[in-house]
Amino acid sequence: MKKTSFRERFRAWDEDRFDLTERTTGDLNRPMRPAPTDRTVSDEPVQRLAVGEMRAFSRIYPILAAILGVVLIAFLLMTVYDLPPFGAANVPADNEVPARYVRDGMAETGAVNVVAGVILDYRAFDTLGESHVLYTALTAVLILLLSLRDAEPEPDPEDVLMRRDGILTTTAALLVPIIVLFGIYVLLNGHLGPGGGFSGGAIIGAGLILYAIAFGFTRLERMLNLKSFRIICLVALCFYSASKCYSFFCGANGLHTIFSPGTPGRILSAGLILPLNIAVGVVVACTMYGLYSIFQRGRI
Amino acid sequence: MAFSVNVPLFAIVLCLVCSVVSSVLSGRAARRLSLALCAVVAVGMGMLLAYGMRTGVGTTYLMGHYPHPWGNELYFGVLEPLLLCAFSVVMGLCLLGGRKHLIEDLEDGKHRMYYVMSDLVLSALIALATTNDIFTGYVFIEICTISSCGLLMIRQIGRTTLASIRYMIFSLIGSGLFLLGVILLYAITGHLLMPNLKEAIGKLYASGQYRIVLLSAISLITVGLAIKSGLFPFHFWMPDTYGYATPASGGILSGLVSKGYIFFLLRVIFRVFGTDVFYRSGVSNILYVFGAIGIVVGSISALREKDVFRMIAYSSAAQIGYVYMGIGISPRLGVLAALFHILTHAITKPPLFLSAAQLSDTANGRLRANWRGAGHRNRIAALTFSICAFSMIGIPLTMGFVSKYRFAAAAFERTALIVPTLIVLALSTILNGWYFMRVIIALYLPVNRDDGAQRSALRKQGVYAISAIVFVLMNIVCGVAAEPLVLLLERGLGLL
Repeated sequence: MKKTSFRERFRAWDEDRFDLTERTTGDLNRPMRPAPTDRTVSDEPVQRLAVGEMRAFSRIYPILAAILGVVLIAFLLMTVYDLPPFGAANVPADNEVPARYVRDGMAETGAVNVVAGVILDYRAFDTLGESHVLYTALTAVLILLLSLRDAEPEPDPEDVLMRRDGILTTTAALLVPIIVLFGIYVLLNGHLGPGGGFSGGAIIGAGLILYAIAFGFTRLERMLNLKSFRIICLVALCFYSASKCYSFFCGANGLHTIFSPGTPGRILSAGLILPLNIAVGVVVACTMYGLYSIFQRGRI
Repeated sequence: MAFSVNVPLFAIVLCLVCSVVSSVLSGRAARRLSLALCAVVAVGMGMLLAYGMRTGVGTTYLMGHYPHPWGNELYFGVLEPLLLCAFSVVMGLCLLGGRKHLIEDLEDGKHRMYYVMSDLVLSALIALATTNDIFTGYVFIEICTISSCGLLMIRQIGRTTLASIRYMIFSLIGSGLFLLGVILLYAITGHLLMPNLKEAIGKLYASGQYRIVLLSAISLITVGLAIKSGLFPFHFWMPDTYGYATPASGGILSGLVSKGYIFFLLRVIFRVFGTDVFYRSGVSNILYVFGAIGIVVGSISALREKDVFRMIAYSSAAQIGYVYMGIGISPRLGVLAALFHILTHAITKPPLFLSAAQLSDTANGRLRANWRGAGHRNRIAALTFSICAFSMIGIPLTMGFVSKYRFAAAAFERTALIVPTLIVLALSTILNGWYFMRVIIALYLPVNRDDGAQRSALRKQGVYAISAIVFVLMNIVCGVAAEPLVLLLERGLGLL
């Protein structure tokens, strides 16, 4: 019989070759009774547990979900019943906040469109975040779908098929310039009337998508590829961040800014609102077209 | 007004600009930019912390020319810069320590996008921790949600894709509930800025008007943020999300992102609802109960897990339970303990993921069964893992001990909660000890020297070793000299 060191016995015990309760001799080579299953080695007990859990889960889950749904519906209905009536006079939301926006908005921001004044001047920090949400979304989709391997552009069979469609190409040829022009109008007119960067950019993006559907991506690619996308977003968002940083800094420290409201109603007025609308519009248009292009063919 | 008060504005804008600039840089340049950004933010927040300590008052910072209730604002005292300083240091160390696996896990052309996302996460954390406007909070919650999904799914294997779908769904439900709560608050108060909301809510509570709407707004906002941070029973996205992400992302998501949501919830409780209204509404008791159950269930799930990464992730669910239990106990000592635990977890969990990744490389697998003797081959990773595991268990000289002590001390503020809290703490310590010690013992089991395994030398580990050593030092220093940190947190809590 061979004596073994403590270390070896410990190791053998850990590997289930050696049962401390039965053996005191320390002979590692003697055949051993079938060991109780070690859960760290064998999958079986955990597997059985998991199956049982799944079965219980699939039984209990619908019942719990139904109870939760009913409770939540009842609770929210009670809440809605308790809410101040929508659109009535003297609701709590009709307080000094919108009063100042409506009364002084034009004088303080220079924007005839009060909404533009609120989102790009009074609450510009929110909009700064919001325009970066779009950029974040575009980058996230790029991470998910951008395929780096087949960089070689190949003619899309659907593209060829679509291009033969006379109705589509003729209508698109007529509509796309008008749509894009209207988008630019909405974009530039954002501080004077309904519109602004988000809506104008969405219209331009829709025009670009229609063009891509009718005439294929190849022509658009000369102007709008991943590189130009990145540069456009970089310039627009950096301009947005830098100018708003300057404006916030001046506001917080009580300094005078070089941007003045100007004469309300003129196209070059309202300080930063017009350039910010353009920056937001460019980002929105790029994001919309970019998302379509990535989902359609895996690249921009 | 000192220059330091501009730090949060510059930090947020700098993060946004860096993230946009990163998209045109090479992966390596973007990585350096990101690390520099973390360092700059940490230094700036340190300056702001010094300023806050010197003046001893909270600062309201106008974002533009219009004060509340019209324009956006930031608010910060001592707590915000302290946490943000820690967060940016932890983020920098995660990016450093996870570099090897980032290079392995990511597709070649996509490295820069990783840093775009990590910069955005940092900007969202800063904005969430400093904003004085509840809607701005929502906007940056969106940025945080999307970019953390990006950090998760950039490792493109089936598991992470599945995990990010699940994470996205849970996270969006949370955002949706939060937004619903904000809408309800706006409908009954007409404000979005925190000071005005608090005043209006105080009046409404005193007059008894809109009682049901107020209660449902409080519960929707609390539940929304609780889902996003992974409180039981909404923790089922955690094991896959943290376990299969690339280790740096696992560290950032578990250590920082979920803490960002919790800290925002704390700010909402203190600065919007007011502690009186919140703690009388009964929602705090629900948080306590679910936190306590979460601790036990998370630990038991971790015990049953054989994959070490998923085990650490389940342990995160338990740690989130601790934080919510603390919030549920009381607005003073309970929240203090919760804040300390936020720091503890942010400093302890990322190195666990990072060293687990290093160890699983030497051990040829993620299962505990494969880890026998891995500690002899990669000593620095094993030592880091052990010390951080000790901290999670709550062994003295580490931060974990101080936070458990604080939770126990907080329980004595409410007589009814003493026994259940102590039972949960004891039970969880046993369970934590059980599942972590099992791994540590496996790590240090004797192995045959001639089995061909190479020992990784310290110098070969490079940046991982630096990040691991800094993490461990931070943990031990904060664990030994916890009293100043607690005083700092207490002072910050007074300014919240």
